[in-house]
Amino acid sequence: MANTGKVTAMTVPSLDIRGLAVNYELADGTVSAAVSDIDLTIMPGQIHALVGESGAGKTTIGNALMGLLQEPGRIAEGVIRIGGKPVDTRTGRAEGIVPGKDVGAIFQDPMTSLNPLFTVESQLCETMRFHLGLSKRQARERALSLLNAVGIPEPERRLKSYPHQLSGGQRQRVVIAAALCCDPRLIVADEPTTALDVSVQAQILKLIRGLADERGVGVLLVTHNMGVVAEVADHVSIMLKGRIVESGPVDRVLGAPEHPYARALIGAVPRIDVKLDRLLAPSEENPSAAAARRKVRGAAGDEGGGAALDVEDLRVEYGGVPFLPGGKSKAFRAVDGVSFSVKPGEIFGLVGESGCGKTTVANAIAGLVTPTSGGVRLSGEDLASRRRSGARKALQMVFQDPYSALNPRLRIRSALAEPILFYKLAATSAEAAEDAAVLLEAVGLDRSAGDRYPHAFSGGQRQRIAIARALGPRPRFLVCDEPTSSLDVSVQAQILNLLKDLRDVTGMSMLFISHDLAVVRQMCDRIAVMKGGRIVELATSEGLFADPQHPYTRELLSFAPSLDKIARPPAPANGASL
Amino acid sequence: MSTPISTAAPAPSRRKRGPRVPPSVLVGAALVAVIGAAAAFAPFVAPTNPLDVGTFDLMNAELPPAFMAEGDAHFLLGTDNQGRDLLSAMLYGARVSIAIGGGAVLVAASVGIVLGLLAGYFGGWVDALIMRVGDVILSLPTILLALLVSGVARAVFPEAGTAQWAPVILIGAIAIHEWVQYARTVRAATMVETRKDYVRAARVIGLPSARIMARHILPNVLSPVIVIATINLAAAVLTEATLSFLGVGMPPTYPSLGTLIRIGNEFVFSGIWWIAVFPAALLVVLVLGVNIVGDWLRDWFNPRRQAR
Repeated sequence: MANTGKVTAMTVPSLDIRGLAVNYELADGTVSAAVSDIDLTIMPGQIHALVGESGAGKTTIGNALMGLLQEPGRIAEGVIRIGGKPVDTRTGRAEGIVPGKDVGAIFQDPMTSLNPLFTVESQLCETMRFHLGLSKRQARERALSLLNAVGIPEPERRLKSYPHQLSGGQRQRVVIAAALCCDPRLIVADEPTTALDVSVQAQILKLIRGLADERGVGVLLVTHNMGVVAEVADHVSIMLKGRIVESGPVDRVLGAPEHPYARALIGAVPRIDVKLDRLLAPSEENPSAAAARRKVRGAAGDEGGGAALDVEDLRVEYGGVPFLPGGKSKAFRAVDGVSFSVKPGEIFGLVGESGCGKTTVANAIAGLVTPTSGGVRLSGEDLASRRRSGARKALQMVFQDPYSALNPRLRIRSALAEPILFYKLAATSAEAAEDAAVLLEAVGLDRSAGDRYPHAFSGGQRQRIAIARALGPRPRFLVCDEPTSSLDVSVQAQILNLLKDLRDVTGMSMLFISHDLAVVRQMCDRIAVMKGGRIVELATSEGLFADPQHPYTRELLSFAPSLDKIARPPAPANGASL
Repeated sequence: MSTPISTAAPAPSRRKRGPRVPPSVLVGAALVAVIGAAAAFAPFVAPTNPLDVGTFDLMNAELPPAFMAEGDAHFLLGTDNQGRDLLSAMLYGARVSIAIGGGAVLVAASVGIVLGLLAGYFGGWVDALIMRVGDVILSLPTILLALLVSGVARAVFPEAGTAQWAPVILIGAIAIHEWVQYARTVRAATMVETRKDYVRAARVIGLPSARIMARHILPNVLSPVIVIATINLAAAVLTEATLSFLGVGMPPTYPSLGTLIRIGNEFVFSGIWWIAVFPAALLVVLVLGVNIVGDWLRDWFNPRRQAR
């Protein structure tokens, strides 16, 4: 029986979509097409990646397949067959799809896709007993073999665990086991590794690849990460504004993209294997940007040859005060003796996996966290005496999440003018408003952006505004904490280019923190690799990637998805992409 | 099979962008508006001035409402035990009640917002001190605490019972209990906002804490405060009425709704029901109206509502 099943399974596509269109019908009667004209075929055992930037409609397709389309979205036309079985879409939704049975789902955040109140066993067995009608014992046996298949150590013990007792990678493995438990023909994996560290990402991708090969299940992989596509996918479709603009085998599409958008998107991927002067990015800037940038005066240049920033034996501990007298006092040491110095005009990178303490270092330097011991000096001036506003304004910070980095109730102009007025860098509020307008132009936005509130801007635009705000007090030093990790790849390329340009014009120094090795390689002059609150290796950018010394560095580099399949961009035309 | 599904589905309670105000809320708001306007313009609306002893006559005391057999057309809702026109006394009384209730809400909200911001922003011992004091206060019933405050005030300060000082004492006595709610709400919201990057950015810029709290955090934590303030307004009006009813509120020469009900209470069993019933009805309608509007505001500001 398994044999005959296999024969049909190998010839019938896991997923066949013809002419799918999903519309959003708004209250005022207008209809906006979320996706249209989608043709997609996934054979058993194939991994088909759907890539595109946020808003391109890739998640909409996944949701439509699983019957998870949210009102007022409806399937307007198209034929969907899952494992040869046609899906009824007459009501605008995929009727008759049993999530978990026909289509397995793997979502982005493994913490929220498991119910924190149930053990792994009950989450896995519930689905199987419901859909497959297994007895309690059969379900348990099957759950055990699934956990084995997804490579969870000690599956017997793990069945009894609650989600919070598992690491992020283990949770995602459980989610994958749950997706597999009813033998679906198709798995929809929506950004399955985006919330994970590179080392875990590498393992999960390997697992998905292996499962597709062994079990002959088709996988629709929704992702924004080209490295992930290059690593595991067989076919790839590139989406732009709800349409597939290019589709084909991964080697062909990534190696020799034909559509201009596909070419731009692939060119914007930061490369880990070569250092480029500038990233290829679709240029969005108005011509006045470069002129305005020259007007942004940095306070750099008066360093007197010393280091821009000195961090000496920095230690930061959290907690430690027992809740009850006599309770056990155990402080968590987030940063454990970190020392480095940044030269004037240098971009210094700090990389590591989540929890390695890199953000705590940034917070300690910016004064958001008080170090337990150790010192931070900005061009020789001790930052511990933070009351002195001179040192304070000379060091500014750009944060990770552009959506929470701007006060939603403050007009952009007021947000930018506030530090300028506070440090009396402008005599009148009219002058401060003019300065704010120049800053907006310098980061590639229009002057008129100052009239609006943050919600009117996209993530990339907000990050530009946040950078402009940080430039207001004319800093000598900029701390950038994962400034692009929540942005699309082409926007990321623009922001990285912007930061580089600003460094070149103002001569300021930067501490650039990221988990993305490729981004760090493109941005930084020197790089420190952190693990467990310590710096394990510090080298020049070229040196680190060419000849990593520490075993952990080598490990990190080996986990990074290989970009060999991706077309190398043409030699940058002497930075004239502006 | 699919037909019933599609007919059951047409446009489920999909909320549009514009507010769709239910009729009960419109009625509540209208009641509040009418009573509020009548109270505010009492000197122009009321037939007589109940505060001017020269205008009323003891001979007219305890006249029933105009629609009753013995009623006098001059006194629409009858007169009280001193011959005051009851309608005028009620309008002036509502004015006093709303002013004291509003004042108490204003004081409580201001104190609560400031303390809540401090507790949420600084945390640590500042937070512990403010919130524990609040816990102690909340462990006492509102009326008990208010009685205590006005009792002590009267003992220490003989003028406290006069028409001039009683409102101040009443506002203080009510606000001393109510601020805790504001402080708790604002503290929780402040703790959330303080961790957001825009507040961290303001700290890195070097702005002083007072400015960060006032300019950056405050505008982002105000919407729940507006809701609590509305609902508390009704509660404060009721507390004032209760205190006046108990005799520690407004003096009979300058009656609030509560004082009128207390005066009327003495006559209810002698068949003179109107002195108590009309002010009580006005109080009920006012509080009901404010509560309906407050409830709706609470639902309206609920972030879950917007998510749906």
